[in-house]
Amino acid sequence: MSDALHRRSIAGIAGDVASGVQQATAVVRAALSDIVRCESGPDRLNAVISYDHDAAVADAAAMDRRAAAGDSALPLAGVPVAIKDNICTLGLPLTCGSRILAGYEPPYEATAVQRLRAAGAVVVGKTNLDEFAMGSSTEHSAFGPTLNPMDRGRVPGGSSGGSAAAVAAGWVPAALGSDTGGSVRQPAAFCGVVGLKPTYGRVSRYGLVAYASSLDHVGVFGRTVADAAAVLDVIAGHDPLDATSVRAEQPALSGAIRHAASRGQLPLQGIVAGVPDEYFPDWVEDGVRAACSTALDTLRELGATIRPVSLPSTRYALPSYCVLATAEASSNLARFDGVRYGVRTRDAATVDVLWELSRSAGLGAEVRRRIILGTHVLSAGYHDRYYVQAQRVRARIRHELDDVLASGIDVLFTPTTPAPAFAPGTHAGDAWGSFQSDVFTVAANLAGLPALSQPVGRSGGLPVGGQLIASRWREDVLVRVAAALETGLAA
Amino acid sequence: MPVSAADVAAAAALARLQLEPGAAAGLARELESILAHVETLAAAHVDGIPPTASAADVPAALRADVPAPEGLQVPLEAMAPAWRDGFFTVPRLAAHRGDRSHE
Repeated sequence: MSDALHRRSIAGIAGDVASGVQQATAVVRAALSDIVRCESGPDRLNAVISYDHDAAVADAAAMDRRAAAGDSALPLAGVPVAIKDNICTLGLPLTCGSRILAGYEPPYEATAVQRLRAAGAVVVGKTNLDEFAMGSSTEHSAFGPTLNPMDRGRVPGGSSGGSAAAVAAGWVPAALGSDTGGSVRQPAAFCGVVGLKPTYGRVSRYGLVAYASSLDHVGVFGRTVADAAAVLDVIAGHDPLDATSVRAEQPALSGAIRHAASRGQLPLQGIVAGVPDEYFPDWVEDGVRAACSTALDTLRELGATIRPVSLPSTRYALPSYCVLATAEASSNLARFDGVRYGVRTRDAATVDVLWELSRSAGLGAEVRRRIILGTHVLSAGYHDRYYVQAQRVRARIRHELDDVLASGIDVLFTPTTPAPAFAPGTHAGDAWGSFQSDVFTVAANLAGLPALSQPVGRSGGLPVGGQLIASRWREDVLVRVAAALETGLAA
Repeated sequence: MPVSAADVAAAAALARLQLEPGAAAGLARELESILAHVETLAAAHVDGIPPTASAADVPAALRADVPAPEGLQVPLEAMAPAWRDGFFTVPRLAAHRGDRSHE
């Protein structure tokens, strides 16, 4: 029985712990037992790169004392969670999957993590990632690659591959990741779990190490839509420590799911789902196309109206993202210089050499390539041609999405990725290929819209993700449709 | 647009990154292959559309320009590898060794 404690739903765990039926310490010990057993054995996934067993059990014991004292504000009581290692936590190292941050332990904690702990969750580990969140496979980490628990011969996606793998392996019911161009939704699709990226400004980025600030979002992985929604309910909300955090109405997502399920009529009656033709080109893999077709049939059976729509600027999304993300990265990562942060090269004769040697030794090849690309597109002679044009295209993409979603469309449905998880090394030597599996996810980042990936079937035995995109601040619509689809596909 | 090894070397210098000998040419080819896709942006119709640097539909909030607590959970000096007279002290650069005037 104890082995299954942490594999239950968040509502089940939290309800039992808050009411004293179950001990948080037992739940957390069960999660840690799975993590330690797998990650210290020959079949390790390399998904969790740091943890503090004793501290996590102590946190769980403190949680039990809060429950015993009658603390009722514990929607995540005793829920073990994993945190992507580019999000600051107290008491654990922060590496961003990079050598340059070896030995760094943050002196403060991300707002999202603080809110998780306040709600009763217990952090059981930090998860692997592509270095500084730059990648789509979790192959580009100084700690080695993470394997996909659904098929160890495939990548788990990235950059939040460790968090996706930890949830897919059943170690934790939920985990935090970050999503700059699809880094929550794409690994969720590859690992067969739910990945939810909120509206830009919904969740504080305070304590998230910046890759591309205007595109970065803290996102959530869950085994189910309800689990992901329960975590987002807790971490969402205005934070004065993040200047881009927005005071916005915040409907309870868990309530929206319950409300939909309790209606007497078809659960998606009145919902209109738009299907953009541009997201179903002929190079989408057949199995992905078939799974998405089944999902659309299911949405229709649930009462939704399916309507074709057009988003002609879609073809510009990935090139625009590529320019903007690398340009912002070239600025954001300037701080890792061996002085303010980072491992310092010894015996540099001048400050210039100190910077160059420290950064060159500490940053991996993919990060260095993206920084150089970002610096190039910002440099004299190229700034207007690349950077300013990408900013204009971004505005066009955003207007186009807003216009479609304002034309009676509640959600858009697309594949999350054009193909299921690929084999390690597939994109080695293909510079553009490392961006390509984000081709269907980047638009939601450029526009700041909430988006979610959920399992919609299999192709060749591998999970396939379907993506839903909703209007700004309408995560309630997103999870309502996703939860109904999840139930419908399971029936 | 072609990317030369000199372009890569210039960008690397601006980014404070050293390149291995001979690496610039290979990196130039990689960047050129990426920028070949980026060039498609030139065909986008963006006349009259101002560039945007943000996904947010509200401007970033500004707090009052008054001193505020650091917001740190431990004192600043507790994080310093070494601390003297209210300042961090850091290892000397090799160029300054033996030159006490920089202390």
